[in-house]
Order: sequence, then structure tokens, then C-alpha cells
Amino acid sequence: MASKPNMSNKKNLMPTQDPAVRAHNFQEVALGYDEAAALDEAARCLNCKNMPCVAGCPVGIHIPAFIARIRELDFEGAYQVITEASSLPAVCGRVCPQESQCEARCVRGIKGEPVGIGRLERFVADWHNAHIESAPEKPAFNGHRVAVIGSGPSGLTCAGDLAKKGYAVTVFEALHIAGGVLVYGIPEFRLPKAIVQKEVDTLKALGVDIQTNVVIGKTLTVDELFADGYEAVFIGSGAGLPNFMNIPGESLMGVYSANEFLTRNNLMKAYREGCDTPVMHAKKTVVVGGGNVAMDAARTAKRLGAEVTIVYRRTEKELPARAEEVEHAREEGIHFQMLTNPLEIEGKDGWVHAIRCQRMRLSEPDASGRARPVPIEGSEVTIEADCVIMAIGTSPNPLIKSTTEGLEVNRRGGIIVEEATGATTKAGVYAGGDAVTGAATVILAMGAGKTAAQAIDAKLSEKKA
Amino acid sequence: MYRIVDKKALNPTVTMMEIEAPLVAHKAQAGQFIILRVDADGERIPLTIAGYDRAQGTVRIIFQIVGATTEKLNHKNKDEYIADFVGPLGRPTKLDGLKKVCIVGGGVGCAIALPIAQALHAQGCEVHTIIGFRNRDLLILEDEFAACSDHLTIMTDDGSYGEKGVVTVPLKAAIEAGESYDEVIAIGPLIMMKFVVATTRPFGVKTTVSMNPIMIDGTGMCGGCRLTVGGQTKFACVDGPDFDGFEVDFDEAMRRGTMYRDFERHAYEETCNLFAKEAN
Repeated sequence: MASKPNMSNKKNLMPTQDPAVRAHNFQEVALGYDEAAALDEAARCLNCKNMPCVAGCPVGIHIPAFIARIRELDFEGAYQVITEASSLPAVCGRVCPQESQCEARCVRGIKGEPVGIGRLERFVADWHNAHIESAPEKPAFNGHRVAVIGSGPSGLTCAGDLAKKGYAVTVFEALHIAGGVLVYGIPEFRLPKAIVQKEVDTLKALGVDIQTNVVIGKTLTVDELFADGYEAVFIGSGAGLPNFMNIPGESLMGVYSANEFLTRNNLMKAYREGCDTPVMHAKKTVVVGGGNVAMDAARTAKRLGAEVTIVYRRTEKELPARAEEVEHAREEGIHFQMLTNPLEIEGKDGWVHAIRCQRMRLSEPDASGRARPVPIEGSEVTIEADCVIMAIGTSPNPLIKSTTEGLEVNRRGGIIVEEATGATTKAGVYAGGDAVTGAATVILAMGAGKTAAQAIDAKLSEKKA
Repeated sequence: MYRIVDKKALNPTVTMMEIEAPLVAHKAQAGQFIILRVDADGERIPLTIAGYDRAQGTVRIIFQIVGATTEKLNHKNKDEYIADFVGPLGRPTKLDGLKKVCIVGGGVGCAIALPIAQALHAQGCEVHTIIGFRNRDLLILEDEFAACSDHLTIMTDDGSYGEKGVVTVPLKAAIEAGESYDEVIAIGPLIMMKFVVATTRPFGVKTTVSMNPIMIDGTGMCGGCRLTVGGQTKFACVDGPDFDGFEVDFDEAMRRGTMYRDFERHAYEETCNLFAKEAN
């Protein structure tokens, strides 16, 4: 080992499917490093003593340690280092915004590109999934039961961390498959569902019981969970109800929320020939919004055969989506109309016919710190379209709040928690992920699930003593 | 997996099933709905709850065979299983304090109207029921409605049973004759509910309708079930399925209901062909 570091200023390139080919299939876009690329990239890590990258990771993965294992060709050892901190390595290696987290802090980024930490994480997780058969051992039951609401990234992380400590954990999922946004939201070409299933199976092997088709707030309430013997409840119920712009024409046929469009394709597999769930195969699709969800919707629409335009009211610089997603979308031929804001969706015989927009310019920063877009008078432009997808965020789902006395929410409807513990205003109830923050990232939700698991463990082991 | 405890054909196109789903049965109330999937590749469809037995842990659904999924469901038999069954979803019908109500049911919508009529009857409310069908062969639940109604009128389009005509004729006659209903509750095809509302509006009789739009998750996540009610966007799954009939934009709801008509027709034909092949 102790070989000289690789001082190349560039990351090893991530091999991808050819854009012209992948724009017509749902197979994964990024193909992953092979062993040679992984070793070459791992050699770029300087193994800094103060580990700035770790401070940038919401779940605190010991990054230099796992990269050192790669250099030693101990790939399973690297996997074990990652799983000490993360329950979903194969997922995070694919969907984390590393450029604004671990990789943003990497010293190699000062004079070039940072170490490809996310790509290495993915390599390690995929190597493990391909080579290691043994399921994790189920720890001995410690006598405590915990309920987790929602099987998305925060819920799975909280459940996994508690199960490893011997808690009997039941996860309640409203849909018919576990995984939350990893299953209904993020497309197959970015996160293959077999990978999510594998992570869920690992949790099941740890003893986590997953009950699908249970809507907390309807089928059961939080108070009933306590009455049933659960000593703590974690709420990771996700983002909630899709927002619309409240402009004329949003009820026309051919208008979708991104949630609906993605759910039809990802959860229900509507893109597959012969599937029972329908989805529109449009000719010209306009996606409104600039986040990762907008990119996912646009790239899915493209794969269904449409010419796709993304309409966003600020500039490329302000796009909230990951840089890599924007780049992939561009490569696949998605058009972007920046500084453009919809005014009306025009219809013909009940179907979408066009979207009328207004050009914008950027003004001084608003409360969010981003430049405020203001309309330019007399600058209207009409874009022809037969399908419009609204990807402009979500509002919290009121189902749990309205049926749980003592659970307080903020003005925006997010559940109020103590940041250090995830504790809500109701005793024994913790929360994290989008239900608290509004739409954010997979890894932040995982961080919140992890924080809550630690707090729940501290509370319940105190009770035991 | 959820067991079909009982199955009965109510008429050639309408089937009743009792599904074993104790958690749903425990919470179900009149007016709420469930979402089911027949098999692992199936679509999610919403069906309003037609009854429940908390002691037995079963929920009753009554469905009309209108497409691929209901065709597949109808091929399942007693003691077989369906893949998914989740609920109860949506808000229960508000029945508190009602003393005199006219229930108007059309076709398979009568299946949903029945538990509401039964709940009203049980709370001592005077229940007048008007149910309508295309013809005698399609009539369902006559005895059940008779048992919980103070007054029952049956209408058929062709006059082959009961009175000939549409449900709004006796409804209008009753209101004009001076019946003062606290509320009219109408459940049936969109076009029927639209005309019930047109009938009651001039008299200002509060009219509640039960909407059953296209849905996927049923918990508010997808927004596919959105309706315009009083000029605002509402989600039928979390804000409904009951709405003030005077406020609902029925024309828009009818349009949106046809969005996948071609796909659905094609899928239905494929499914029927498949079952026909299997039978040979």
C-alpha cells in the first residue's frame, strides 16, 4: 500500500450509457467504476488528518478510512466502514449531492476536482452486493419495541440503526412496496429498484418488520401505536401534497404533478408495455421547475418519446438540481428555457395545447438568499405542448398531524422537532426527513433518521436501567 | 395478501365481495374508500366501502365490471387472495344531527349509498331513498334499501321495474310537494349527480355528492384526483370524497375522467381476450 498518491487534477470519469441510446431506455445511466478506475481514484485521496470530508457528510461516514480499504483491495472492509454510518450505501452512492457535501470539503477540490467520493461509495456497495452473500445477523431482542412511519430514506435509516441495537422495529408503509421516494419518486435509470429492494431485504434480515398498506392517520393512529405497546414512534412520512401554480388550465387533461407522473412510471411501471397503469405518451412535454424532481420528470418524459422543455423562472446558476442531473438532462437533449414563468396552460377540447409564459429577470435576493425573479412586461411567449408536468415542490401531508393530539407543526406545516434529537412536541414521538424540512435530499433525511435513532436509543435504554 | 371471504354476483355486471382486512374493518365508516390491487402487476383502483363487519374483520366492496382491473378482480373467487387492500381512506360522510335526508343512488353508486342510508336509519333519521337503474336486470340491493328507508322509490330508464324515468323526477316532485330535507346525498354517475344538483339548487336544499375520480396513492401524494370545488383545487382523496354539490365543477370532472379512455378500452379488450383464451 502506502503507494504515492495520484496527483491528477481530474476525477476518473464515470462511464455512462451513450446519451443517444439511454434517452430511449430506462436502464441505469451511470455504469459505475471498474476496479482499475476505483483504485486509481482511491489513490487521489490524501488521507487528511482533519478529515474535512467527514464533516460534510450528514451521516458522518468515515470517508478516508473506507477509501484506504479500497487502496488495500479490501473492498468488503470498505463496505463495513461505510455501513457503520449508513444503512443505504448503494443508494447514497447514486443519489447524494456529493458536490455540495463531502466532495465540497475535499482539499483536492481546491486545485482541481475533488476525490470522487460518491463514485467510490457506489463502487464499494455494488462490489459487496455482487460478491457477498451472507445476510447480516439478527441481534438479540433488547425488550423494546419502536414504530417507524414511512419506509423512505429517513424511516429505513432509523429502523436499521435501531434494529442493529436489538430493538424490535415495525415500519408502517402506506403504499404496497417499501422504499418511499426511492421507489415512487427516483426513476429506475437513476436508481434501479432492485438496489432499493436489496437494501430493504438487508433490513428485514436484521429483523425489521415492514407492514405495507397501512396509512398512519387513517388505518391506525399514533396514539394507537403507543396503546399497542410501541415505546417510541418515528415519523418519516415524507413530503406530501404536490403544489400547483394556481394558474388557469391546470385541470386540463395532460397536466400532471411530477409526483403523479413519476409515481405512475416508477411505482406502477406504466412505462412498460402491457402494464395495467396508464400514462400519457406525449409528443411535446413542458416541465415546470428546476429541482431534481423536475430533472427526473423531464428525463422520464423523454424516454417515453416526448420532446421535452424545462421551464424555470431563475437562471441556470440557481437551478436547485444536482449539477450532474442537469448535465445528464442536457446530454439527453432536454431543452431549457431559463428566466421563464408560466401564466396559463391553454387547452383545446379539454386537452393541453400550449403553455403561455412570461420572461423574467433577476432582481435583488429574496428571503431565501436567491435572486428574486421579476416579470418583464410585454415579454410573453407561448410554447406548444400536449403535456405539462408541474414540479414546483410539495406541501406537508396533514393526515398524521390532524389525528395526533399534541403534535405541533410550523407555519408551513412541517413537524416541529428539536434539531439535536428529532424529538417532536409530543412525548415519545420523533420525526425527520421531508415531513419536517419540506422537500430536501435523501441523505439529509437519512441523517435525521439516524439522529432520531440515537435519541430513541438513549431514551429507552435509560428506561431499562 | 387479502382473502376473499365471500363473493356474490348481484347482477351480470355488478359483483359483491367481502374482503378479510381487519384493520380496515375496524376503522371503516360510511363514505370512506379503499384502494386495491388485484395482483403484483396490477393498477391501484379506488372503491368506496359498501359495508363492513368489525367483528368478522371484513370489508364489503361492490364493483361494476367496467375495465381490465375490475374484470381481473371478478375472475377471483371465494377463498382466493388479492395482492393489496388499503384504507379506510378519505373522510367519512358527515351525518351528525341529520333528521330527514333524501338519498339518491344511481347504478353501482347505490352500493355506496347503502351504508350511508343504514347509518342514518340507525341514528333515527327519516330516510327517503330514490334509486335508479337502466333496467330491471341491473337492479341491486332493493331489500337492503327497503329495510333502512322510510320511503323507497325505484326508477328504471325503460320502466321495466318501479317507475319509468330518471331519479330527478321523483326528487323534484318530493321537494315541490313540501318535503323539507336537511340534506340530499347523491351518489352515482357524474352526470346523474350533476342533474341532482341542478334539481336541488333552485330550492336551496343542501346537496352532498361523492366523487370517485382517477387516483393512484389515495393519500394526497399524487394529486391525480384533483377537482375544482368552489373555484379551488381540492384532492378527492384527502379533502373528500364528499363535497358540496353546488360547488363542484362537474363538467371538468367528467372530462378528466376520460383521460385514459382509449388505453382503458384497449386494456379491457386485451384482458377479456386473455380470459377467453384461458377458458378454451
